[in-house]
Amino acid sequence: MNDNVLISVKDLKKHYTDGTVRALDGINCEIDKGEVVVIVGPSGSGKSTFLRSLNLLEIPTSGQIFFEGVDITDKKVNINTHRQKMGMVFQHFNLFPNMTVLKNMTIAPTTLLGISKQDAEKRAYELLEKVGLKDRADAYPNQLSGGQKQRIAIVRALCMNPDVMLFDEPTSALDPEMVGEVLDVMKNLAKDGMTMVVVTHEMGFAREVGSRVIFMDGGVIVEENTPEEFFSNPQSERLKDFLSKVL
Amino acid sequence: MPILLSLSRDFELAFLKDDRYKLFITGFVNTLKITAGALVLGIVIGILVAAVRSSFDKNSETLKMRGGLGYGVLSVLNSICKVYLTVIRGTPVVVQLLIMYFVIFRASKNGVLIGILAFGINSGAYVAEIFRAGIMSIDNGQFEAGRSLGFNYIQTMRYIIIPQMFKAVLPTLLNEFIALLKETSVAGYVGVKDLTKAADNVAGLTYKYVLPLTAVALTYLITVMILSSLVGKLERRLRKSER
Repeated sequence: MNDNVLISVKDLKKHYTDGTVRALDGINCEIDKGEVVVIVGPSGSGKSTFLRSLNLLEIPTSGQIFFEGVDITDKKVNINTHRQKMGMVFQHFNLFPNMTVLKNMTIAPTTLLGISKQDAEKRAYELLEKVGLKDRADAYPNQLSGGQKQRIAIVRALCMNPDVMLFDEPTSALDPEMVGEVLDVMKNLAKDGMTMVVVTHEMGFAREVGSRVIFMDGGVIVEENTPEEFFSNPQSERLKDFLSKVL
Repeated sequence: MPILLSLSRDFELAFLKDDRYKLFITGFVNTLKITAGALVLGIVIGILVAAVRSSFDKNSETLKMRGGLGYGVLSVLNSICKVYLTVIRGTPVVVQLLIMYFVIFRASKNGVLIGILAFGINSGAYVAEIFRAGIMSIDNGQFEAGRSLGFNYIQTMRYIIIPQMFKAVLPTLLNEFIALLKETSVAGYVGVKDLTKAADNVAGLTYKYVLPLTAVALTYLITVMILSSLVGKLERRLRKSER
């Protein structure tokens, strides 16, 4: 295996109810360190299921996922230690409503990594400064706008110093005028060299920031390419059809 | 003023003669001891049972798919919890108390301790269902956020779900505590000298029922009112943190 590969997915399948519903139907994919892989596709295509399988929030029916060389679908593997290295951002933010922003960001590193409260807070303030929310450290999630919540959710995941960030439609629940502020944070993250896997409907983001774009439909990867080729020279009919609707 | 005179004689008989007020105080202390002990025991049992039941409801599919021992163990624990809930909620608390006192702990005559056990185990069944409803009402996204950060299942429960659950169920929990406090009044059945039993004893000695029973009723009422206002304050403080 190439040293540069971070995640390697082999024939991943996810079937529901006696196999009639095939959310994932044999996915093969490699994600290199530093890549920004953008996954697009119609709803029900399995793109979110695929993303959520990468940290086993969805348990695949069969297939393997190698993360940093370890097969995390192996039942003997302690998934929790691997999840610490895989940050995840959700469509609906999922901040902890009973904790301040600062506590949201420090509870995992202090509890799981044994980092002292002072160090964790210092790191949290650095990250908050980066996303322009240093003054909201003591606020509760209910006091924040959607865009602010999502930026906090991103830095909460970053507090664990992950090796990859998974984004599950991070801007889909946002008012249009707040999409930009979240995408800016993600762009900066990509610029800093973070490996990212992003499920999104933001074609602009895919084109501008993505190093590779994957088109999924019917639980399989139909086409993947560099953003330029992907958008200007689509091969399959299904992708052409999809792009004609979303662009 | 013959009425006042007879009232003051009754008062003398009910509370002052032979220091009878001390019987009421001891009774009230015993009632509080049983209630507090049963409360703690009920919450501990409630959390454990609710954790087993809700994780079975939420995760049995996933565990089945993962294979291994997990599903079998959880399924057995879940069945035990279900039997416990059915038996405790299907039989009267007085009968449970009598069984505890005369059958299970026949050798011990520590009524207060047996009362704590009987009422605690009883209350645990109701608290468990309150907690389970609370856990199930919390958005699954909170679980996923916890798990995605690397918390294991128990840590996610402990650090993320249970604190939120407590807040959600506080008013319902208060109702259960009030019910518990009042339910302990049947402890006299097994000779525990609780508040109600004190009134019963004094009235039995003097054949005057009005004052002892009124005093006891007022004591329960005031205690419940104090409890309600304390929980109300706590609730407001917890809620403020989110605004």
